[in-house]
Amino acid sequence: MGDSTSPSDGPAEPRRKSKKPKCLQQELPACKPLLTPMIVVTTFALIGIIFIPIGLASLSASEQVVEIVYQYDVDCIPEQSQNDKVAFIQSSVTNKTCTRTLTVPRHMDGPVHIYYELDNFYQNHRRYVKSRSDKQLRSKASEKVTTNCAPEATTSDGSVIVPCGLIAWSLFNDTYSFAIDSKTIEVNKKNIAWQSDKEHKFGNDVYPKNFQMGGLIGGAKLNANIPLSEQEDLIVWMRTAALPKFRKLYGRIETDLDANEQITVTIQNNYNTYSFEGKKKLVLSTTSWIGGKNDFLGTAYLTVGSLCLFLAMAFIVLYLLKPRTLGDPSYLSWNRNPDGHY
Amino acid sequence: MAYEDDDPPLSLHLPRPISEPHLRLDPLSLSAPSAAHRRASSTSHPSHDIPLPTPAVRHGSRAESERLASSQPELADADARLVIVGDPGRTDPHLQLAGNAVRTAKYSPFTFLPRNLFEQFHRVAYVYFLVIAVLNQLPQLAVFGRGASVLPLAFVLLVTAVKDAYEDWRRHRSDRIENNRAASVVDSRDSQFRTKRWKDVRVGEVLKVFADETIPCDMVLLATSDPTGVAYVQTINLDGESNLKTRYAKQETTSRPIGDAHPFAAGLIRCERPNRNIYGFLANMEIDGKRVSLGPSNIILRGCELKNTAWAIGVAVYAGNETKVMLNSSGAPSKRSRLETHMNRETLLLSAVLITLCSVVSICNGIWLGKHRNDLELSQFFRKRDYSDSGENYNYYGIGMQVFFTFLMSVIVFQIMIPISLYISMELVRLGQAYFMIRDTNLYDESSNSKFQCRALNINEDLGQVKYVFSDKTGTLTENKMEFRCATIRGRDYSSGKVPLQDNGGTHSVLVGDRIWKPKMSVKTDPELVALLQSKVETEQGKQACEFFLALACCNTIVPLVVETADQKQKLIDYQGESPDEQALVYAAASYGFVLIERTSGHIVVDVRGDRQRYDVLGLHEFDSDRKRMSVIIGCPDKTVKLYVKGADISMFGVIQKTVNLDIIRATETSLNAYSSLGLRTLVIGMRKLSRNDFEEWQSAYENASTALIGRGRLLRAVASNVERDLHILGASGIEDKLQQGVPEAIESMRQADIKVWVLTGDKQETAISIGFSCKLLTSEMTQIVINSNSRESCKKSLQDAVAMSSKLAAISPDSENISRGTGSSRIALALVIDGNSLVYILETELEEELFKVATVCDVVLCCRVAPLQKAGIVALMKNRTDDMTLAIGDGANDVSMIQMADVGIGISGQEGRQAVMASDFAMGQFRFLVPLLLVHGHWNYQRMAYMILYNFYRNAVFVFILFWYVLYTAYSLTTAISEWSSVLYSVIYTALPTIVVGIVDKDLSRRTLIKYPQLYRAGQRDERYNLKFFILTMMDSIWQSAAIFYIPYLAYRHSVVDVSSLGDLWTLAVVVLVNIHLAMDVFQWNWITHASIWGCIVATVICVIVVDSIWMLPGYWAIFHIMGTGLFWLCLLGIIIAGMLPHFTTKALTEYFMPNDIQIARELEKYQKNAATTSEIPMSTLSQLL
Repeated sequence: MGDSTSPSDGPAEPRRKSKKPKCLQQELPACKPLLTPMIVVTTFALIGIIFIPIGLASLSASEQVVEIVYQYDVDCIPEQSQNDKVAFIQSSVTNKTCTRTLTVPRHMDGPVHIYYELDNFYQNHRRYVKSRSDKQLRSKASEKVTTNCAPEATTSDGSVIVPCGLIAWSLFNDTYSFAIDSKTIEVNKKNIAWQSDKEHKFGNDVYPKNFQMGGLIGGAKLNANIPLSEQEDLIVWMRTAALPKFRKLYGRIETDLDANEQITVTIQNNYNTYSFEGKKKLVLSTTSWIGGKNDFLGTAYLTVGSLCLFLAMAFIVLYLLKPRTLGDPSYLSWNRNPDGHY
Repeated sequence: MAYEDDDPPLSLHLPRPISEPHLRLDPLSLSAPSAAHRRASSTSHPSHDIPLPTPAVRHGSRAESERLASSQPELADADARLVIVGDPGRTDPHLQLAGNAVRTAKYSPFTFLPRNLFEQFHRVAYVYFLVIAVLNQLPQLAVFGRGASVLPLAFVLLVTAVKDAYEDWRRHRSDRIENNRAASVVDSRDSQFRTKRWKDVRVGEVLKVFADETIPCDMVLLATSDPTGVAYVQTINLDGESNLKTRYAKQETTSRPIGDAHPFAAGLIRCERPNRNIYGFLANMEIDGKRVSLGPSNIILRGCELKNTAWAIGVAVYAGNETKVMLNSSGAPSKRSRLETHMNRETLLLSAVLITLCSVVSICNGIWLGKHRNDLELSQFFRKRDYSDSGENYNYYGIGMQVFFTFLMSVIVFQIMIPISLYISMELVRLGQAYFMIRDTNLYDESSNSKFQCRALNINEDLGQVKYVFSDKTGTLTENKMEFRCATIRGRDYSSGKVPLQDNGGTHSVLVGDRIWKPKMSVKTDPELVALLQSKVETEQGKQACEFFLALACCNTIVPLVVETADQKQKLIDYQGESPDEQALVYAAASYGFVLIERTSGHIVVDVRGDRQRYDVLGLHEFDSDRKRMSVIIGCPDKTVKLYVKGADISMFGVIQKTVNLDIIRATETSLNAYSSLGLRTLVIGMRKLSRNDFEEWQSAYENASTALIGRGRLLRAVASNVERDLHILGASGIEDKLQQGVPEAIESMRQADIKVWVLTGDKQETAISIGFSCKLLTSEMTQIVINSNSRESCKKSLQDAVAMSSKLAAISPDSENISRGTGSSRIALALVIDGNSLVYILETELEEELFKVATVCDVVLCCRVAPLQKAGIVALMKNRTDDMTLAIGDGANDVSMIQMADVGIGISGQEGRQAVMASDFAMGQFRFLVPLLLVHGHWNYQRMAYMILYNFYRNAVFVFILFWYVLYTAYSLTTAISEWSSVLYSVIYTALPTIVVGIVDKDLSRRTLIKYPQLYRAGQRDERYNLKFFILTMMDSIWQSAAIFYIPYLAYRHSVVDVSSLGDLWTLAVVVLVNIHLAMDVFQWNWITHASIWGCIVATVICVIVVDSIWMLPGYWAIFHIMGTGLFWLCLLGIIIAGMLPHFTTKALTEYFMPNDIQIARELEKYQKNAATTSEIPMSTLSQLL
């Protein structure tokens, strides 16, 4: 705009101006998107068209997953101990073996994942998640680094506990073994932990020391001759779960399981979830690209997709019912008839 | 001096310096500047023999100096500083006087850290930051790791500290250069001038300054190369005024020989303590047993340059940081923007939300603990008891304490609910906005080469909400470049009306030696008058005309300066003076052949149509606002003594002899009225021949008055009034104060934008009204309500009448809704004209309310004859009674109080010096720049800042709510799934840059559209972009989005093996992507910077998350890679984005199409009416002239 005056300023002035980058005058070339009816309807329709197939695909993926869930925490307590489950589980003399039979509902393609599922167990509790020493876990040199590990940092005589902290201390210690027609099924417990954890987070020169020697036993004991990087159950356990109801990988059955097969499960019910009314479940499940069995995402996609399709329709109807010319100056507030609409 | 009240002497209206305990000025003396007179020293040369020539020792001096000195009988010793001339050692031995080294740098290497930190923690936000960080250090509350909790604060502090350090280093460097400049100082041992560095100059030392040198410290003039002790200084560095100012050495010191041992050693100067009033100086000097008073005209200040004087010798009285320029170098005024005030209200609301969240968490935690209190001992994840030891509780202090700790911890976790980063972002954004405003060529004034200045950095967005503009007239609406237009001589009107004026520039040049001297500017002349002067000099009319122009050439304080030009044979005469009116008159006289060539203290040389004549200036009574006139007593070559007087019409008609030539007086009055109605500034010129008796009587009275020690100003005024009587009227002049370019268009634009323009002027009512018409402020359709009252009662009555009238007119108007829209053509527009006399009875009384009522229904308000404080009073009246934003614009010292009072103060860097600019928040060259400034930049700034604040609230709230939802699933133990580093970096890196970039560069509408439709500005006045409704809607949106972000992954991963870190990474990425897409959806204009910042930020977040997850020490090691490898992750992310944005997108689509606001329509216009732009070429081109 100021250009209208510049020619009179002699030759120096316009040159200076033309040199001035456009961005200083805030005149950069720019795209100015507007939500026109076309764009709005297309967007909604497009979302609907994309979301509904995705929803259907994930629902079917979830449908293909075969899952056997067996809650055994109450079931595996003998009748006479039902009133004092904690005493039963804490006692070292009671027989905690518990054998049950599960039926395979549909054919399960191997590998079948074996999970244990805990409920009401706050692995994400602030007191708990902090109670570990990553330095100690990684290298022998840092064995003495037990910050944050209290009260499971040292034994009463002051020697360090490896691995220290509540997380390691509370390691899950129920065990499962499976048999079909009295024939034991091999459970593969290799490679159940993240490779990255085994290689970089847990040292192969760190051996358990003074573990589970305290007044209260939290869970499993560890073989002091195996380095932490090989203790895959521990590694899995130490990836703390995000939510109070969680599953952890126990192992895999590499073979297929046929429909209606009877699996005999022998459970060593050692882990104390009774003190906080936690539930324990054993889960056998196949996987799909979407993970485990979960209908939520598919339903959600279908809902959003159909909502968007509906909105697309609704907007078309609205646009037809109350059309408006875009950029009509008569809609400007000062041009509107004061006693007209709006 | 100006003859309208509009521009009284500057010192009158300087803002009262805040810290000025030592300057004890008699308030009466401030309001009554005395007449000018000969200096006291002139008595030493009594030359009573009339007619002249008298020795050239007398000169008119600046009135104020003497006034100040004379009205201040004694400077109390306790308040005084004693300076012994030439002896710095003995000067004030009790006091530690500052050396001349200046130190603008704030810090030294040792004090930097503590001082800088101390200053930074003046911000409440930082203290909040600090308290949170300290809380986090307590072991029971440690939510974040040490590093993560302190890092953001440390980062912000560090950035600010580095910035401060850099600025300070630059100041150090410039200090060093300044301190090491060379000055010529008398060495007290051998009385020779030696070169010394500036920093070594001490108070009491005698310095010599040469032409064009900068003055190293404030010094009292002792002698100059001019035998009469005159020195000219340019004060451009001090107050920006480029014209030369005259300073004087006292006669007692000028005559002393230089080089004499201790030439001035006998002198003892007693002066006031250092203060920041650059227009005041109060001191006296004891020399040779005599006491001489010193005033502001005897001191030259540091930073000024000596001009047109070969050398000047002075004694340092204030040095270094005590000099007036240093004391005045204070920072810009600090105001707080309207938006920020509103923002603080919302911040309080957010604090309430924060406290609610924290209470919910801590109470739930208490309930949970209570319910599970029997389980806690054995729960593996809680482990209340420490079994390894004596069985005491481990880190557990009972439910009450746990609840309390939980509360504090939740404050730490949810801290960013209060967006600290917002304060820093806002400052950066304002800096960017200011940069673009400064660089805007539309705000650059080519004629005065003045750039737009942003002096206050924190009220940019207020420019978008202005409702009232209070404007000064002279120099703001008008150029303050006075131009002589017409004259009435002996009752005969020579105005341009009949015959077009001739431009005969250059005809009147003077031959001096072999050179031609030419006035710098020529004035269009009236051919009839020229003919009269050329041919009919012998007629009575011709003689009167000669006297008239001679009076114009003599009766002033103008100094002609001869300037070399490129042409060897030609020189230009540049008339330098403090009053533009006088300059105009002298240039006019020159164009009619009366060229003022030389002015010394004792005589002037006027080239009267080729005939060079020397007139002795026997006396000069300077202008003062009581008499409203000035006079000179001239000894003519024909040995007669004449008194020439010029002044405002009211004051002049009082002293004109009315017994004869009544017709002439009547005719002159008629012409004067005609001139004022044309908007011209008028002056009446009169003269009287003094008889020998008259002259002698005057002379003795004058000498007595000048030498009086007490009440000198009053005496001189009396002498002046005594001699200025029985005048014979010569004529009157009409000077045009030209309207600035583009003012009517600018006012029209502002009217359309619903900005009410009030004009507050010191001018006469007629002049004000005529200017009002010429700048289209007033139109002939308007009904004028005029209030001119001289008593409270009549004031009250006229106000009540006005209220009644306005309500009556409002009732006639068909639609009251139209009033606010201002478009109803059927409505009768009202204009209120009120004068300063009436305002005396109205302001600060209960009548204010009435005035307010009237003024708000009027479209235009004109206040004339108002004093500076009344200007501020009127601004305060509106500011206190409405929520509307006020803006004051002015250029003179008399506008300072108004500029400081208004919400936004704008200074015009024009002719009248720089006080207005120094007091302003923004400064620019032209009134018409208000249009692009308010309508374009103001609109943009407001829009951007409003959006940025809301967005920042939203963005942080989303994050906090996600944390909150998760806490509900952690037994209320305040675990955060999102890693602590991501929490810390969220508002610093992940999401900060796009909002800053958008806040600086996004434009809802183009400059063209905003100028074309000024009505679009009303959006800001109506608070359309930022209000409580918007805030609540945004908060609801943020709750929805946070729920989408949290619950979609929660439900999808409910029974899975997912670990905390992986899910946390998903949430982190989801929230960052979502808030950035939210921003992207609201961006109006996409240019490459916006693209780069928004998408770049998402990429940066991914990189940061990857980096954090590549640290083996953290529990989240490698989690991001694991989760990104699953399809579920991507499905969740996509689902979150769509589900999260759905409500925002839908409402946006609905409102933009079915309930469009003006801005939306205008955006569509921009996009779809490209072809219409060509048809609107014609109005656009007129508008482009406006810019």
